[in-house]
Amino acid sequence: MSATEAAAIGLTHGGSEDTGLGHRGPESKSIIVPYGFWLFVLSDIILFSALFATYASLVHATDGGPVTNELFSRNLVAVETGALLLSTFTCGLAIIAAKRANMLWTQVWLLVTGLFGLVFLAIEISEFAMMIGEGAGPQRSAFLSAFFTLVGCHGAHVTAGLMWIGTMMAQIWTKGFGPPQVMRRLLCLSIFWHALDIIWVAIFTIVYLIGTLP
Amino acid sequence: MFGRLTWDAIPLDQPIPLITSIVVILVIAAIAIWIWRKGWWPYLWNEYITSTDHKRIGVMYIVLALVMLVRGFADALMMRMQQSLAIGASQGYLPPEHYDQIFSAHGTIMIFFMAMPFIIGLMNFVVPLQLGVRDVAFPTMNNVSFWLTASGALLVNLSLFIGEFARTGWLAFPPLSEKAFSPGVGVDYYLVALQIAGVGTVLTAVNFVTTILKIRAPGMSYMRMPVFCWTSLAANLLILAAFPVLTATYAMLMLDRYLGFHFFTNDGGGNSMLYMNLIWVWGHPEVYILALPAFGIFSEVASTFSGKPLFGYRSMVFATMAICIISFCVWLHHFFTMGAGADVNAIFGIASMIIAVPTGVKIFNWLFTMYGGRVRFTVPMHYLIGFMVTFALGGLTGVLLAIPPVDFVVHNSMFLVAHFHNVIIGAVVFAVMAGYTYWFPKAFGFTLDERLGKIIFWCWFIGFYLAWFPEYALGFMGATRRLQHISDPSWTPYLTVALIGALVILLGIILTVVQLLYSIRTRDRRRDLTGDPWDGRTLEWLTLSPPPHFNFAVLPDVHGEEAYWTRKLTAIREEKLIEEPKYEDIEMPLNTPVGVLCAFFASMTGFAVIWYIWWLAILGLIGSFVAMVWYAWHDEHEHIIPAAEVAELERERRRVRGELLKTLTVQS
Repeated sequence: MSATEAAAIGLTHGGSEDTGLGHRGPESKSIIVPYGFWLFVLSDIILFSALFATYASLVHATDGGPVTNELFSRNLVAVETGALLLSTFTCGLAIIAAKRANMLWTQVWLLVTGLFGLVFLAIEISEFAMMIGEGAGPQRSAFLSAFFTLVGCHGAHVTAGLMWIGTMMAQIWTKGFGPPQVMRRLLCLSIFWHALDIIWVAIFTIVYLIGTLP
Repeated sequence: MFGRLTWDAIPLDQPIPLITSIVVILVIAAIAIWIWRKGWWPYLWNEYITSTDHKRIGVMYIVLALVMLVRGFADALMMRMQQSLAIGASQGYLPPEHYDQIFSAHGTIMIFFMAMPFIIGLMNFVVPLQLGVRDVAFPTMNNVSFWLTASGALLVNLSLFIGEFARTGWLAFPPLSEKAFSPGVGVDYYLVALQIAGVGTVLTAVNFVTTILKIRAPGMSYMRMPVFCWTSLAANLLILAAFPVLTATYAMLMLDRYLGFHFFTNDGGGNSMLYMNLIWVWGHPEVYILALPAFGIFSEVASTFSGKPLFGYRSMVFATMAICIISFCVWLHHFFTMGAGADVNAIFGIASMIIAVPTGVKIFNWLFTMYGGRVRFTVPMHYLIGFMVTFALGGLTGVLLAIPPVDFVVHNSMFLVAHFHNVIIGAVVFAVMAGYTYWFPKAFGFTLDERLGKIIFWCWFIGFYLAWFPEYALGFMGATRRLQHISDPSWTPYLTVALIGALVILLGIILTVVQLLYSIRTRDRRRDLTGDPWDGRTLEWLTLSPPPHFNFAVLPDVHGEEAYWTRKLTAIREEKLIEEPKYEDIEMPLNTPVGVLCAFFASMTGFAVIWYIWWLAILGLIGSFVAMVWYAWHDEHEHIIPAAEVAELERERRRVRGELLKTLTVQS
């Protein structure tokens, strides 16, 4: 990767010898914007940590209703996880294509990312619908309230991500890769999408894996 | 069509809210017409409402805070009057359901819409100037943050005219705040308003952490930043880590109320103590979100008016960051009576006492800064000394409350209420009043009247002691908090003294308005022509008062810990200003109405959610999405200020600076 390429996606400070610490004057926007977005993502992860803590303290408060083992299916969740992990990979491919200013492949990989996200969301919604149909909806017990909120909050983030992907595709289509803010936004989108993956790994472990232990 | 909203929502049968509503609506209409008659709307729209200038946004935050101070204080006065009247056989003038709304609104407004906006407003105004830069990292988002905060304030105040406010206390503890026990719209107003304002606050934190860590003048390394910047950094890190927990907690309570979930309900396995834990994981850091910047303001004041560098700068920084971390380890002391057991209570009790240590370090640093200095007893200095005395007392009662056995005795009593008013008025209110007086000339180019300022200080200082020290005693005598009726007539003298204290503070607040108007009228003889009215030491005093839009024509090159002081001394020694640099074009962010639009749609969605008007809620959400996309499609976010214009403004600054330098060289 050449220095200018790296600068374009914000990995360096445009070739200067700057430290990135702001000791020699204000940093460039290619540093500032992703940094600020990272801080936002961290605050979002803290929001999830509150939901995780709630889930952990309410997981046994089933009020005589169904428990984790009776509700979760590892196989379904494995497919769901596969779809989301693949979407992260294709999101990375989209960034590489965008870095080379390749319109076609950027759009294709963003579309594929979105479709994998959609698959993930469809499985989640069908799982939710199935549980509610069996009388195991969020109103049944504190445990189920916590489950639906934690997993549903992640699902809501994926939905927001899908809207962002759609808007981003439209913006790249109309504006191309010329305006610097387009590349910065794409980079933030990929940070967001990868963060959703990290949170999903935690949900997969804490909710589904531990929940299906015999 | 309109959900729960019917004509019954207008309090036609309750004269107090009805008359207040009518008066407030008339006053707002009168002000709007007056501005329109003067032809000032375009100016307000261009220079403030849509501004992305951190200084203007800071001023808007402070105006919001002052207006909310009046609202919150009106609530306080009503409570004081009720408690002095409703003794023994008398029931006073406020029925319980109204009284409960008043104490809930008082706490909510004072913390979220008075203290927070005041502190954030001062940060907005001061931090970029002290760092020697031109704006914050995300100027447009800064405007959005302000308007979201204002949207929350609007909804809370709307509850006075349409519907009701929560009767649950300022933190809306379940199960009382659950649908089963609070079926009305009051709690929903509370939750929705604070969710909207909370988003604004988190965005502010993202903005300021990024600004302080990534955007500073050349040479401004971490250990050269003024202490106010350090405390702002700590406070914003706390916001970033604590406010998402608040958002999650309120979201869970909303799910309980709107969709019948069982997080905190009595049935279905819900656990209301979970809410206590979550809310105080936010709540205790919140105390320091307010207190740390207050300490920062006092550090600036102490150093400037003692004519000395701050004593123990490094220890001040370490104390700040220590408080920043320990504040996350003490939340359980808000509910020792939960029954977590002796060992858990002991750990949190000890942690709470430990946090007093770095705070004590700070007090000694301020004292030693004054020691041997050439102290000028200006208004901010009065607040500093008043703060050190008052805050030390409040800190001591805090350490007392941190001892679990003592806490069991005075839990939820007036002693506790007196303690937190002691620290919040003693630290935060005194600090923002000091900051307001200290930075006012920088913002508007003229100083506030000194004599009135001192009277205002004494009103706050004496009023505070009269209003709250009797309450400490009452707490020991068994008075619990939030009493709508007092059954023991022997408490009357204490309550009367407290009422007198509140009236003294009222005088201070009225005089604050008088001081502002008087200072504006006499501004011609109190102009700050040099930009450095207090003989300051930090970079905000380097530029003109008020500063140009771009703050600094050329970013200052920082040498040493006190950036501006070092520069000033060099100039005095060499008897000349630094060489005139080559001026370049400056790129500044454009104005944008996107903040107002976002807040408009957020208020619309919020109002709709409160009243179950679902189509309007969806409309509001679509509206905010469209507004964001509309903004994202703009290509031009900056405009250029040509070098010639920069040079012209800067030469004017150099001229007045040259004159200042002459007087200073003669003095030395």
